[in-house]
Amino acid sequence: MTEKMAIAKAINESLRQALEADPKVLVMGEDVGKLGGVFRVTDGLQKDFGEERVIDTPLAESGIVGTAIGLALRGYRPVVEIQFDGFVFPAYDQIVTQLAKMYARSLGKVKLPVVVRIPYGGGIGAVEHHSESPEALFAHVAGLKVVSPSNASDAYWMMQQAIQSDDPVIFFEPKRRYWDRGEVNTEAIPGPLHRAAVAREGTDLTLVAYGPMVKLCLEVADAAAEEGRSLEVVDLRSISPLDFDSVQASVEKTRHLVVVHEAPVFLGSGAEIAARITERCFYHLEAPVLRVGGYHAPYPPARLEESYLPDLDRVLDAVDRSLAY
Amino acid sequence: MTVESTAARKARRSAGGKAGATGTERAGADAAPAQEGSGTTGTAGTTRSKRAASTGRTGKATGTTGGTRAKQAAAKPRATKKAAATTAAPAAGTGTAAEEHQLVQLLTPEGKRVKNAEYDPYVADLTPEDLRGLYRDMVLTRRFDAEATSLQRQGELGLWASLLGQEAAQIGSGRATRPDDYVFPTYREHGVAWCRGVDPTNLLGMFRGVNNGGWDPNSNNFHLYTIVIGSQALHATGYAMGVAKDGADAAVIAYFGDGASSQGDVAESFTFSAVYNAPVVFFCQNNQWAISEPTEKQTRVPLYQRAQGYGFPGVRVDGNDVLACLAVTKWALERARRGEGPTLVEAFTYRMGAHTTSDDPSRYRHDDERVAWEAKDPIARLRAHLTAANHTDESFFAELEAESEALGRRVREAVRAMPDPDHFAIFENAYADGHALVDEERAQFAAYQASFADAEGGK
Repeated sequence: MTEKMAIAKAINESLRQALEADPKVLVMGEDVGKLGGVFRVTDGLQKDFGEERVIDTPLAESGIVGTAIGLALRGYRPVVEIQFDGFVFPAYDQIVTQLAKMYARSLGKVKLPVVVRIPYGGGIGAVEHHSESPEALFAHVAGLKVVSPSNASDAYWMMQQAIQSDDPVIFFEPKRRYWDRGEVNTEAIPGPLHRAAVAREGTDLTLVAYGPMVKLCLEVADAAAEEGRSLEVVDLRSISPLDFDSVQASVEKTRHLVVVHEAPVFLGSGAEIAARITERCFYHLEAPVLRVGGYHAPYPPARLEESYLPDLDRVLDAVDRSLAY
Repeated sequence: MTVESTAARKARRSAGGKAGATGTERAGADAAPAQEGSGTTGTAGTTRSKRAASTGRTGKATGTTGGTRAKQAAAKPRATKKAAATTAAPAAGTGTAAEEHQLVQLLTPEGKRVKNAEYDPYVADLTPEDLRGLYRDMVLTRRFDAEATSLQRQGELGLWASLLGQEAAQIGSGRATRPDDYVFPTYREHGVAWCRGVDPTNLLGMFRGVNNGGWDPNSNNFHLYTIVIGSQALHATGYAMGVAKDGADAAVIAYFGDGASSQGDVAESFTFSAVYNAPVVFFCQNNQWAISEPTEKQTRVPLYQRAQGYGFPGVRVDGNDVLACLAVTKWALERARRGEGPTLVEAFTYRMGAHTTSDDPSRYRHDDERVAWEAKDPIARLRAHLTAANHTDESFFAELEAESEALGRRVREAVRAMPDPDHFAIFENAYADGHALVDEERAQFAAYQASFADAEGGK
């Protein structure tokens, strides 16, 4: 069945489907119950599945993830919501020292199928700690998987797959795109969770992005097309594992690569992509891999975020520089 | 303005019609070159001069910060001294009478059984055989612990965290659990592991460095040792929430120490367990020392009293009295099973040895303290009780001594025979469903290793 829906609604439908299909699936977090979450992503779920399965938790992120680990040890599959990106850090200890390592520490005896949902990124004019992109801090940790959908169909299916995963998955939701609508076929057979997708084909240069920046890169490709340049846009979808094969295939064709993310450029996922693609495609590249992202400064107040975040001009500027080599 | 940026010469392409969707992220005004310089929105040129100005400010600010820091540093020692002088020690561990510390005690340090209407029923059905069993558990646990300490000294283990002195707290509480209960230990719960049927040699893998845990937690409902202090209290709470959801009548017990009581995770586990009425017992072994810091560096009130603020009972028990620990833990576990929610048990005990084999307690505590606690030794007091009650004879002690030595020998031999894991174990079990990067790196590692084999083969 194909239906047009917003990304937030697609995640909501996916959670609903998971709650229906498996009695062990739980949804937990701050305000996820009656309120339906601050972004309404869990809207109506508690009404339909009850307080035992859609759980309003105390306001304590470490407690949310720590008890989710305990519930997973008991055989449950908790999907926890961290209200905003900047609030995940009280839980960072549980995620890094416990959630990520339990499977290895038990020599494979204990699985922790926990999904941690984090609405992330800026562009919504929010106050401090509500606009950050900490995905690299999680992708750096072995034992975690890190994904971020860019459209409604992926939001639905990647959530299904994240819940089915026996590994912990950090699920970064592009909050500024929550209300972007797209077709979702709930009966389709989805591709693998960790495979990148070519969002737009092109021949002159590859733009790699994920989450909220995919839409921007598609707009950049439109603008560039008017200037006679053909850009390929690769939507990574998964940051750990990262589908370097797909990026490599694209770069071998276009010979130019620009990576775009909201997170600070320094030691961000773009740095890893640049290093690996340079290693894999050294003789194909006609320009160094360039990156466009946030600066090495605390996320600025809302009135300045337009200057901080990658936008059409900054990405086009990088495209120009790459093609000028 | 003399400096011209490239941006000033370039038309912003986001102003174009087709890219309008991005316009929400960039106001239209600053996109038009004609308006640059006239409005309040800075052009690239003005931005540059602003940057220069702000660099100056930054330099100044740094200086100020430095000054503040220096002041704070100077103030700190005074504050510390003051705190040390004014902090009373409500729970300092040198007293003798149980009343002084509001302890539940069923067996005095001299081994005399004292009546306690509330908790006697929980040990009423103990037979002399059971009492001998508790004694045997404590003796064997101490023997195992001593063997592990020796193995560390001999270089067979990298580290050992001794439980010396805490045998009663661990055996009493461990024997109170049922097979379907679930235990979340710290890294010192060797006696509880013994009660749960975890083979002692399994505990040594992580201290030898051949694994980071290694046993199957579900075989004995005994979770892996947790090193990050207090984390497991939340796991226990979540597990207990799951038990309640399943409608099972099992209970969960979380172990932690006086140091862990300061951790946010322990506080949060109190909150969660209280709010959800989770069937969990928090068993805090207050052994008086968190490495070098005495309990008064962690708390102003006796730890068991913290429970009150969360809305569940807290009890302090003589942690060197195996009967009292057994009784109080049974009571708490039964409360949990009946759906009455969490309990905090503070077992008041003493870490007779060092924090770990890497620690040197002579740097921070007087030996008199340890000597005073020796008089309250958990094993000696049960032995005195057993002997006075004529529950044992010399053959029991002789046989136990032989069993002890056999255990020590078995542990020694098992550790020495414990092989180093294969190099490729690095990549095993990183992920349950696999991970492309791990596969790639494993293959690179294999090729690298094989390059040596080739070279050796080519000789």
